[in-house]
Amino acid sequence: MPRITVTVDGITYEEDVEPRLLLVHLLRDRLGKTGTPVGCDTSNCGACTVMLDGRSVKSCSVLAVQADGCDVVTIEGLGAGGSMHPMQRAFHEEHALQCGYCTPGMVMAAIDLLRDDPDPSEEAIRHGLEGNLCRCTGYCNIVRAVRRGAQEMGQAVKTS
Amino acid sequence: MSEIDVGVVAEQIAESDQISEPSGAPELGRPRRRKEDGRLLTGRTRWTDNLSRPGLLYVTFLRSPMAHARITRVDVSGAIGLPGVVAAFSGRDFADEQGSLPCGWPVSEDIVIPDHPPMAVSEVRYVGEAVACVVATDRYRAADALEAIDVEYEPLPAVVDMREALSPDSPKVHPEGNKAFSVKIESGDVEAAFRDAPVVIDRTYVQQRLIPTAMEPRAVMAETDGDSYTVWSATQIPHILRVMLAVITGIPEHKIRVIAPDVGGGFGSKLQVTAEEVLCLLLARRLGKPVKWTESRSEGNMTVHHGRDQIQHVRLAADADGRIRGLRVDLLADMGAYLMLVTPGVPLLGAALFNAIYKMDAYEFGCTGVFTTKMPTDAYRGAGRPEATFAIERTMDELAAELGLDPMEVRRRNWIRHDEFPYTTVSGLTYDSGNYEAATDRAMALFGYDKLRAEQADRRDRGDPVQLGIGVSTYTEMCGLAPSRLLGEARYAVGGWEHGSVRMLPTGKVEVITGTSPHGQGHVTSWSQIVSDALGVPFDDVTVLHGDTAVAHKGMDTYGSRSLVVGGVAVLKACEKVKEKARRLAAHLLECSPDDLEFHAGAFQVKGTEQRKTIQELAYAAFTAHDLPEGAEARLDSDATFDPENYSFPHGTHLCAVEVDTETGMVKIRSYVAVDDVGRVVNPLIVEGQVHGGIAQGVAQALFEEAVYDADGNLLTTTMADYLLPSAADLPAFVTDRTETPATSNPLGVKGVGEAGTIASTPAVVNAVVDALRPFGVADVRMPCTPERVWRALEGAGR
Repeated sequence: MPRITVTVDGITYEEDVEPRLLLVHLLRDRLGKTGTPVGCDTSNCGACTVMLDGRSVKSCSVLAVQADGCDVVTIEGLGAGGSMHPMQRAFHEEHALQCGYCTPGMVMAAIDLLRDDPDPSEEAIRHGLEGNLCRCTGYCNIVRAVRRGAQEMGQAVKTS
Repeated sequence: MSEIDVGVVAEQIAESDQISEPSGAPELGRPRRRKEDGRLLTGRTRWTDNLSRPGLLYVTFLRSPMAHARITRVDVSGAIGLPGVVAAFSGRDFADEQGSLPCGWPVSEDIVIPDHPPMAVSEVRYVGEAVACVVATDRYRAADALEAIDVEYEPLPAVVDMREALSPDSPKVHPEGNKAFSVKIESGDVEAAFRDAPVVIDRTYVQQRLIPTAMEPRAVMAETDGDSYTVWSATQIPHILRVMLAVITGIPEHKIRVIAPDVGGGFGSKLQVTAEEVLCLLLARRLGKPVKWTESRSEGNMTVHHGRDQIQHVRLAADADGRIRGLRVDLLADMGAYLMLVTPGVPLLGAALFNAIYKMDAYEFGCTGVFTTKMPTDAYRGAGRPEATFAIERTMDELAAELGLDPMEVRRRNWIRHDEFPYTTVSGLTYDSGNYEAATDRAMALFGYDKLRAEQADRRDRGDPVQLGIGVSTYTEMCGLAPSRLLGEARYAVGGWEHGSVRMLPTGKVEVITGTSPHGQGHVTSWSQIVSDALGVPFDDVTVLHGDTAVAHKGMDTYGSRSLVVGGVAVLKACEKVKEKARRLAAHLLECSPDDLEFHAGAFQVKGTEQRKTIQELAYAAFTAHDLPEGAEARLDSDATFDPENYSFPHGTHLCAVEVDTETGMVKIRSYVAVDDVGRVVNPLIVEGQVHGGIAQGVAQALFEEAVYDADGNLLTTTMADYLLPSAADLPAFVTDRTETPATSNPLGVKGVGEAGTIASTPAVVNAVVDALRPFGVADVRMPCTPERVWRALEGAGR
């Protein structure tokens, strides 16, 4: 069984894994990182989105062995100094979650979207989040939250 | 990168409200950010699949690949002995203890309720029905071992089409035949209404089958200590599930505890007693070990109950000025292979709503439930009411077109005026309140109705390949399920009351227990607002517990937009009882008569003096019990049930503008305005969110979603790649506003909002699509209005 070394939310793990083990199941079943949920089996819904070396991936579509040597950040590891990340706060402020199941993936995808486009239009947000499905919100407040998160992250960059 | 600090997050959540709202304002009507969010936003969730127990085993099910077949042999021996496999069973192994899945709504005398074993024993009747299961030490091994189970089937003919199913020479789904039930309702002289009617609109609409698709797939975990049982399930109905599990398995009710932990959406799909819940409980008992099953999405698409699936024949008779004389509705409703919890009741929930907001003298409704070899249908957001609303709102547009009237004008000529409430409709419902004029005027102003009509005329004149369509939907619905008396008359198996209790803790904090079972609706926040106002305690001093039958010991759970209307009011009633106990205690301590006290801002004060006792002081005095009135108990805690006398009737006006590319058939929503009247609003943020999400699901039915079975009964839309859930890119920003006409059937004046958006939006969108195409001779487009369907409709009309 291959041995992998992977850092998840700042902690380094060494794990023997079956080659077929999905990253999301490594996170959930082996490492107890259940903040990242599974919503489908065809990589359509995006609920399982995490950061892999700084870019968003759907962790149901990545094998654990592919994450060998990588740095993974999940929704549980966002934020600094114990605080929520500005994007998490923006989702709270704008009521951008209801059941909350898509939320971890939606927040991760939104943060990744802002890396390429720090000040996205509504249309850019809608297209940028196309790979993340939500059944509760109708996306209106998610779009507002991403706009707000972008503004707050922009402010943070300017003042730092 | 550091881990989240729980305390800091809690402060951030609390802070956000301090910034946005002044303190001391009433809680009702305040856009409180949700208490639920912190946990959900930082991944500290309690989805059922997150949970584990020492020695937990994983369950997988082998499912029928055939729509209809006799099972001639099941051999699970190949699975036994494979790595990690603990056990494997066929339906026969549980035949004596698995019972039959329940139908809780036997709608008629003639109803046929077939036996529905959780795991098939001798015959399968839909693709996906469980025939065997494996229990193993991890989910991968449990899945692997399914391959080693050998099942032999003797194929039987599939029954896929409802109309063919009713023909005498159709193959039978069950020995009793393919008709599940028939119901007829008649009011007024329908014959007379249609006789010599100047206008008769005769239309047939197809409500396609939908897959509810809550984002959290179903999951169940069960364990036993040898005496009692605990079942965790992603369910909307922990209380009903507990009763049903006891009835089905014979395990005494008091030995079963059901917990609905965090539940990731339901929309009716988790209003069910499922095969997997029963079987996980039985597997835990058989093996004496904790077991968990989590479905994959493709498994779920096949085996989570589906929604809608009706053929609606509608005939409407009207005078030449557009006044409606009478309405005839004939439904065929696809039950699928079995009757599940409320399967046959769903079409009947719409029976009294086809007449909607319109006045008429005669109405006739008939419905036949039909068995087919498909997944059973059951409640999906709106359940019967979206179907009814679609049929009448589409037909009102057809009436307007026939008479050359504006669709809003024909509605105005027929709707109940605001000064006519309370109004008893032709179908026998009494609408307590409403103001259709106000909601419509507001919606038309926000929408820019006249300007869009002018642009439409211009595009038509120019022969623009992209045509503009305007769709109208002036809906009402009945929700807040519901008055137990009326449910009993409708042959529903249980009541519609709800329970709430309020515990005053010694430190003055408040613990609320509700019988509702939220799965995204934000009850913790809204109930806190209600209690904060009722008891004069800070919003942050209230906690709300739910979803565990050992904690919330009574409840009827969450569905049918009932939680606030029934459950929120039960909590309010419990608060009133707390206050009565507190008043007596305060009078005793302040040495005055209870009548000399007035309650204000959380304290009882002797009128005309400064003497007062706060509710927190009184809670502590009740706790110490050093000086209580004669005969008083050492607690202020109280509980209450509430059972409304009537349903509630939200209403509103939704307007949709679509651009239809007549060359490609592509439909794009250009603008969408919704003005809803859901009565008094507890939390406008939550209400707006419910409206947004509701509209999105209704739009999804209009434009995107359809569960498709082939002629052999194979489901073709088994994944999210095939079943098209709309993404952010597929939907516009919705413009929402409200009018507020309080309900008179409950003391909060609330009406319920969970389903309104879904009920209203589907006809608004399809009316807009048809409106765009009408100059080309198109009078209907079947849902979902995909580019292909729209293009074919144009071709078929010979444009």
